[in-house]
Amino acid sequence: MEKVIQTEKLTKRFGDFVACNELSFDVDKGEIFGFLGANGAGKTTAMRMLCGLLKPTSGKASVAGFDVFTQTEKIKMNIGYMSQKFSLYDDLTVSENIRFYAGIYGMKTKNIRTKTQELLNELGLQNEAKTLVSALPLGWKQKLAFSVSIVHAPDIVFLDEPTGGVDPVTRRQFWDLIYHAADKGVTVFVTTHYMDEAEYCNRVSIMVDGVIAALDSPVNLKKQFNADNMEDVFYQLARKAKRSDN
Amino acid sequence: MHSQLLTFIKKEFLHVFRDRKTLLMLFGLPIAQIVLFGFALSNEVKDSKIVVADYSKDATTQQIIAKIGSSKYFNIQQSLQSAQQLEAAFKKGDIKMAVIFPPNFGNNLQHTNKATIQVIADASDPNLATTVTNYVTNIINDYNSSLNNGNVQPLQITPEVQMLYNPELRGAPNFVPGVMALVFMLVCTMMTSVAIVKEKELGTMEILLVSPFRPIYIIISKLAPNLIISVVNLFIILILSSVFLDLQVKGSVLLLTFCSMLFILTSLAVGLLLSINAQTQESAMTASLMGMMLPTMLLTGFLFPIENMPIPMQVLANLVPSRWYFIIVKRVMLKGLGFEAVWKETLILAAMCVLLFTISLRKFKIRLQ
Repeated sequence: MEKVIQTEKLTKRFGDFVACNELSFDVDKGEIFGFLGANGAGKTTAMRMLCGLLKPTSGKASVAGFDVFTQTEKIKMNIGYMSQKFSLYDDLTVSENIRFYAGIYGMKTKNIRTKTQELLNELGLQNEAKTLVSALPLGWKQKLAFSVSIVHAPDIVFLDEPTGGVDPVTRRQFWDLIYHAADKGVTVFVTTHYMDEAEYCNRVSIMVDGVIAALDSPVNLKKQFNADNMEDVFYQLARKAKRSDN
Repeated sequence: MHSQLLTFIKKEFLHVFRDRKTLLMLFGLPIAQIVLFGFALSNEVKDSKIVVADYSKDATTQQIIAKIGSSKYFNIQQSLQSAQQLEAAFKKGDIKMAVIFPPNFGNNLQHTNKATIQVIADASDPNLATTVTNYVTNIINDYNSSLNNGNVQPLQITPEVQMLYNPELRGAPNFVPGVMALVFMLVCTMMTSVAIVKEKELGTMEILLVSPFRPIYIIISKLAPNLIISVVNLFIILILSSVFLDLQVKGSVLLLTFCSMLFILTSLAVGLLLSINAQTQESAMTASLMGMMLPTMLLTGFLFPIENMPIPMQVLANLVPSRWYFIIVKRVMLKGLGFEAVWKETLILAAMCVLLFTISLRKFKIRLQ
């Protein structure tokens, strides 16, 4: 299996504070990798390092085959990113948003046009192409934001709590999109606080106080912790945490 | 990378054009200020109370006084005999202007072909003072040319105008350079900082940083629309002030444009700097208003003369970019002076511009780490 993310003792310190302590894990191509942890566990820091936004203090890591220390620009070309805020421009139309994000990844005009049409068809938003994003329902915005984040066909997409504040039905539909993308070979790296979503992942890592406390498939994790569901697994690990955001 | 930058700049323009209210403010503000001021200026002043002091008392002076007295603009209150009386009349406040004929006025005019009339105006209201002195100057010039009809050797009566209380006549012409400084500061500083902070609030900044789009391009794209809007505003102001206020650019338009661009860039850099620390659009706006608009209004010199301020304020005023820009505009636009008269101010402005950009670019990069 091809590895698209590989880390070895990846560490980030802010002064005396060790945000991420010797993280070592691999993510396979096309895998849906859940990245769990309580607030302040170090998820965001780890994700930022992998996205090339933050330089690690020590250790090794490669993303899409590029080194996080020296090849951040190449990494950026090959990843997508979506956060809880959805990050669409409310005062632009649906197709303007798609064109903009495709444009800043340097896609050719002709390419952008066909891709925009393709995306609109896929999402069933053909009639809303010229609608301002502000007029879309939340669920549609979220789906659009996800599609936009992979408009440039990246190897990996990082999703930072993508389903925050969305109802269960819409979340379920959103996961259909994620599966669809994974089927096409896109690796999905997702953080979430919803444990039902953790069940949808191929593998899940749980961070506690800057270290990876557990990493396996949901089925194996439940076995290992003798738990009925992921919620229980998470609780057993997270309650040992000594630090938090607050 | 070019097409990426163009995509971004296009998006920025979409933001500007979608936001009708802001757009209206951006272009409406300079227009409204100039037009309002134009109407305020064009108000005719009628029946101003004036005094006349005639130390010559000859046929010529009588004729001129009669002409002034019969004009609809003036209402001669009394004829004065001494300087003390004159001062008292002004201090009472109801007298707007004094016209003084020196001794031997008629004689001088007959024998040397030259004579002088002293015109003293209460310039504590500069607009009014300009208007009434213009009226009386016209009347005297009129009389002068009627005397010269058919004369071989032209007679010359020169009105010597003296402005009391406000010798530099701060007011009308000062207003346009002031409006220019204010409008550029407003558009560039406030709009830029708000535009950048908006991306942070929306969360789109995160996406941009994760994308291969270079941070410097984000900055360029954010600055571009405001730069263009400001240049358009510059020409709107120049055209309006020429049409409505009869205030043309006396010096080089090219030099004025160049210096304006320099000031616009400086204001953009300030906006950039403010955006780095602000987390919300409101705080960016407040910082722009308090941090830039107030100093621009107070310390630029077009509302309150800087020379009259306490020393610490004068020192502080030197740090306000608009102060230097204001001086440049006044010299180039109103006095028609060339680069040799403003190179020092231009240099200061350029130094401020470079310094501010260096600081804000460096800080912007640090934020991304």
